[in-house]
Amino acid sequence: MTENTMPKPQKKFLPVPYAKPADLQLAGVACTRGMRRLFEGVSFRLKAGDGLALYGPNGSGKTSLLRQIAGFLPLAAGTLSIADKAPYGVHFMGHADALKNALSVGETLAFEAALWGAPKAKDPLLDTDRWLTHLGLEGRAWQAVGDLSAGQRRRLALAKLCLAPRPIWLLDEPMTALDEAGRHLVNALAGAHLAAGGVLVASSHVPLDFTTDALTLGAAA
Amino acid sequence: MSVFWALCRQHMVLAWRGGHTTLAVAFLFIGVTLMPFGLGPELALLQALAPGLLWVVLVMTLLTSLDRVFQADYEDGSLDQMMLMPLPLEFVVLAKLLGHYIALVVPLLLAVPLAGLLLNLAPAHLPMLLLAMAAGSPALVLLGGIGASLAVSVRRGGLLTVLLSLPFYVPVMIFGAGATQQALAGEIDATRLAILCLFSLASLLAAPVAMAAALRNAVR
Repeated sequence: MTENTMPKPQKKFLPVPYAKPADLQLAGVACTRGMRRLFEGVSFRLKAGDGLALYGPNGSGKTSLLRQIAGFLPLAAGTLSIADKAPYGVHFMGHADALKNALSVGETLAFEAALWGAPKAKDPLLDTDRWLTHLGLEGRAWQAVGDLSAGQRRRLALAKLCLAPRPIWLLDEPMTALDEAGRHLVNALAGAHLAAGGVLVASSHVPLDFTTDALTLGAAA
Repeated sequence: MSVFWALCRQHMVLAWRGGHTTLAVAFLFIGVTLMPFGLGPELALLQALAPGLLWVVLVMTLLTSLDRVFQADYEDGSLDQMMLMPLPLEFVVLAKLLGHYIALVVPLLLAVPLAGLLLNLAPAHLPMLLLAMAAGSPALVLLGGIGASLAVSVRRGGLLTVLLSLPFYVPVMIFGAGATQQALAGEIDATRLAILCLFSLASLLAAPVAMAAALRNAVR
């Protein structure tokens, strides 16, 4: 309905250049789930501005690889190195959107801003109405998150990517449930993130516009 | 530090909106109301048993409230995000449990005097009972949190949480109920109170580490 009325993302809400250029390096990474070896020998290096698309059939280990980079899953083999050993330099956006149904949309944004330590100096960051317009959720500050549609929840979940500047983004099927305007929003955010010197790895079943490189897992399977 | 308080506040808001606070207080009252039906309405007997009964009901209420403390986060993906917050996971769980304590345990403690009326609790026993509960309840919440974090990936893990936590509750129960029972009416049993504080402080040190380890294992 509101697909074409969504304004273009404003510049001030997009990521600003990161203090240190991102550098993510994987060498010979393997993953085992249960008794099954999902993949092995995954090696790549991403430098500032590189976006890697992960393709592959269901069960080929796309999500597992993202969770390994995020540090949730141990590596079965290989090494993973992230430049600038700051421990909290990674954003992970998974299938579950980590939203609380009992909160309103505005409260969720305020909580996220506080949780992710959004710098207090940048006041517009906490300007809820402008944020909601930016995300295509205008006028919904008082609506309960539980009443949002799947795509609207996805848009709200995108907010945290911009609330805290982190040079590495891990997006697990970021386009799921989003309409055209929503996909445009993801493209704009990801593009600005890469232009700001970040790196990102995104799994997907559809071609992604913003990635610079692609890796297909489990092609033989 | 603002992250810590934001988490704490979020947990409190969710506990209140989800009706957990109301449910826990209602559970306490229903549990206490059931006692005279089982034991008979003899006032002297109820008075003698009241402190112990209140302890048992408080522990049961706490345990039933704790099973969801991390489970909702596990199911909606918040647990993944908790790993990446600009605060060590040990403090993240501590913030959540502090929110749980303020939103649930404090109202429960405030309800105890009223619940005591239903059991003909001697008013002179009340100060010692409340002191012992205040000193011991942090340990109960923290130890119960360990059980909850171990059972987090189990669907319907509530009973498992209870099973895992109850053994840890035994010492707190012994000293907590003991302090109230043994102290003569109107007196303060400082030794047992100090031991209860020790339990709470020791679990404050150990429990966050254990919970964080259990949760890190659960997000694999």
